[in-house]
Amino acid sequence: MPTIWAPIGSPRAIRLNKPNSGAIARKATQGLRGRQMPPFAVFRFALAVLFLAACSTAGEAQSAFAAKSLVHKLAPQFVRPDLDNKRLDLKAYRGKVVLLNFWATWCVPCQVEMPSFVVWQRRYGPRGLQIIGISMDDDPALAREAYRKLKLNYPVAMGDVKLGDLYGGVLGLPMTFLIDRHGKIRAEFQGETDLNRIEKQVQLLVSTIEAPRSVDYRSTRAQPGTAR
Amino acid sequence: MKYGRIPQLAMTTGLATLVLLFGYFQCPAQYTPTSGPGSALSIPQAQLIQPEALNRLLQAKESDKPLLLQVGSHLLFDEAHIPGSVYAGAGSQPSGLQQLQSTVATFSKKKAIVLYCGCCPWNRCPNLGPAFKQLQDLGFTNVKALYLADNLGTDWVAKGYPVEQTQ
Repeated sequence: MPTIWAPIGSPRAIRLNKPNSGAIARKATQGLRGRQMPPFAVFRFALAVLFLAACSTAGEAQSAFAAKSLVHKLAPQFVRPDLDNKRLDLKAYRGKVVLLNFWATWCVPCQVEMPSFVVWQRRYGPRGLQIIGISMDDDPALAREAYRKLKLNYPVAMGDVKLGDLYGGVLGLPMTFLIDRHGKIRAEFQGETDLNRIEKQVQLLVSTIEAPRSVDYRSTRAQPGTAR
Repeated sequence: MKYGRIPQLAMTTGLATLVLLFGYFQCPAQYTPTSGPGSALSIPQAQLIQPEALNRLLQAKESDKPLLLQVGSHLLFDEAHIPGSVYAGAGSQPSGLQQLQSTVATFSKKKAIVLYCGCCPWNRCPNLGPAFKQLQDLGFTNVKALYLADNLGTDWVAKGYPVEQTQ
């Protein structure tokens, strides 16, 4: 029995796409007029709405996945062997800034990004950055070959459906999550992204050197949206 | 009443300006990639089908539905695929093209076929171009490719079109 996925777009967005959304908007406006709203009340309300919307998108999650975004949530915990057969435990990097990058050898934009990640690991590693790669290749041999060719200086593990689901559905690459020292996802980058934008966010987070609070990663399992 | 509309007009204009400004500051400069050889850009525009049109087609009776083939990553197919579609191998790899050939071997050359991938942005997809060419070379005359600008997640799943996961 296949699982039918719920649409990822926000209900608000879906409602606006309906053909009768114009009528709904007209009714709403009539309602406002009928109640004799004070001057510029609509304008002030719109300002507040726009401000809140701006705040909600501050995590850089700009794709249509934003409604299901994991930004501001604890990064779902995982443990698996890396390509060198060492234990890769996300929890072990608590206290570091983690750039979690989902990639594959067939993904051209991923190949464009990864040499920069190597540079960043060297440049910001001493200040607490840890890059982790998750290969979504079907064949681990291809990932191993790329790992050697690209001289990746950070651990890489193989991904699977479970891990993809845990991170909200990795249904297009590249996909990268920026996790702060407390284990919270601070930004999500999907598709081809200007590397300068990612680097600026990395710089911002590594410059924060406050001691990490105790974070219970087990609680992520109970959060809606982390596992479907 | 005539003059009463002026403040409303001012508010509407102000609101529109604000929305435009908001949109401008929310949209960063676009990073324009270049296309690689064998990319999906090699598929003629006339052979593309938009998500909305395919979704309508999938509502048709069984006999009118096209053969829907995913020619990208198997892992991404397992994560999510369009109901009724079949995994036919990654178009970027010789083994994948071999699998595609086997998948369509029993079908008439006139069979309506829709290929899709959605692994990465359209102009970066390494699978669709070679898969499309393979079917053309095999003599299939009614082949289309599903246009997914960014990926399956953004252009299909997020738009509420049906999707299922391999169990």
